[in-house]
Amino acid sequence: MVDQRDMASIIGEVDFFDGLPADTLELLAGCAKNVRFNAGDYIYREGQAADTFYIIRHGSVAVQLHVPGRRPLVIESLTTNEVLGWSWIVAPYRWSFDAQCVTLVRALAFDATCLRGKMETDCAVGYEMLRRFVTVMSQRLRGTRIRLADMYAPTVNAAD
Amino acid sequence: MNVHPGTAKPVEDPMLPLTYEVVGIKKELPDTVTLDLRAPNGMPFEFEPGQFNMLYAFGVGEIPISISGDTSDPMQLVHTIRVVGKVSQAFAKLKEGDSIGVRGPYGVGWPVNNIKGSDVVIVGGGLGLAPLRPAIYSVLANRGQFGNVVILYGARTPNDLLFEEQLHEWRGRFDLHLDVIVDRAEAGWPGRVGVVTQLIDHAVFDPEETAALVCGPEIMMRYAVQALADRGVDTKNVYVSMERNMHCALGFCGHCQFGGTFVCRDGPVFAYDTISELFTTREA
Repeated sequence: MVDQRDMASIIGEVDFFDGLPADTLELLAGCAKNVRFNAGDYIYREGQAADTFYIIRHGSVAVQLHVPGRRPLVIESLTTNEVLGWSWIVAPYRWSFDAQCVTLVRALAFDATCLRGKMETDCAVGYEMLRRFVTVMSQRLRGTRIRLADMYAPTVNAAD
Repeated sequence: MNVHPGTAKPVEDPMLPLTYEVVGIKKELPDTVTLDLRAPNGMPFEFEPGQFNMLYAFGVGEIPISISGDTSDPMQLVHTIRVVGKVSQAFAKLKEGDSIGVRGPYGVGWPVNNIKGSDVVIVGGGLGLAPLRPAIYSVLANRGQFGNVVILYGARTPNDLLFEEQLHEWRGRFDLHLDVIVDRAEAGWPGRVGVVTQLIDHAVFDPEETAALVCGPEIMMRYAVQALADRGVDTKNVYVSMERNMHCALGFCGHCQFGGTFVCRDGPVFAYDTISELFTTREA
């Protein structure tokens, strides 16, 4: 069993929270718990309430788009030290995709309702969290845009 | 001319193709084949990693193709070719015992000897792994002279992974780190999905002591160089292999002019710093 002080130090070791003051880490710890999923488990499904976000501590998660008549399409995979899920921070707080474990996954799970409340009442915490999430969202949007170019598609050399 | 310490050397009669026999064919992917070629008189073919040859399909045409074989095995000339046009299509239809014309090797290759002592990050995308393979062979053959060796490879889908058996083999070694990522996959793919720059973000190397060799589509290389720079790698230690419309391979015809350089003669491998402005120049 991990007490809240231990949880704060675990959270403090996560890159995503790098540089947060101790009192903010304590506050985050109050909303956090350790979770574990087996390979194949769905952490969340499209349309469900986004009431949690995760920092993956071990393992790999496939973010999937369900396509009728086809196997689910993996649009992104996330692994150790990466953030899983941002729909909890954007109304109407519903997951847009499925998240399925590729391997056994150990993660930190943060209660989004608890955290949203703290972000509302403490602007400094709200700003820090948004700043960090916007960075992640921006990186993933950029990655998605680059992939839209289908850059590995064959191109004809003029001599060929 | 701003080129890194060159590996280019003159060929005896640069305009004369020699006839090589196809001694092996491997279908790598539905649209990609690897040809093993042998000189008719059994003479060795010496080249530097990253150099290319002009391959001539008799009666059809001639195209530049990077050498994808091992410099330590000069008796076997190896080329990996993706079928996109009529000449490459002709190569894909060859059978063992058929002949093609070969002239080369041309160009400046990867500066493998000049980066000894460094960590080496090799970033390949799609078919770009083929020109990198000789450099990988060379680094691994002299493994003790390099620090961390990291190979990062991006492809379109899991079905488009080039040299898949070799990727598994390299991944099984204890003295390098290899990671693969694909643009898209169906559920069940156990590897990563995303862009190759994400692998750079997490790879283990000392940025201040790192040389990077990057080859793939130009978009990929642009973002890969940026990601390497973001990690702290000095872009003067980043080398990229450019692809342009090479015809004569000698810098005469001008088809492959790239600013003040000719890709066939001054490249295809360039130190990124020497072409960084051209790299981001919009052509239209």
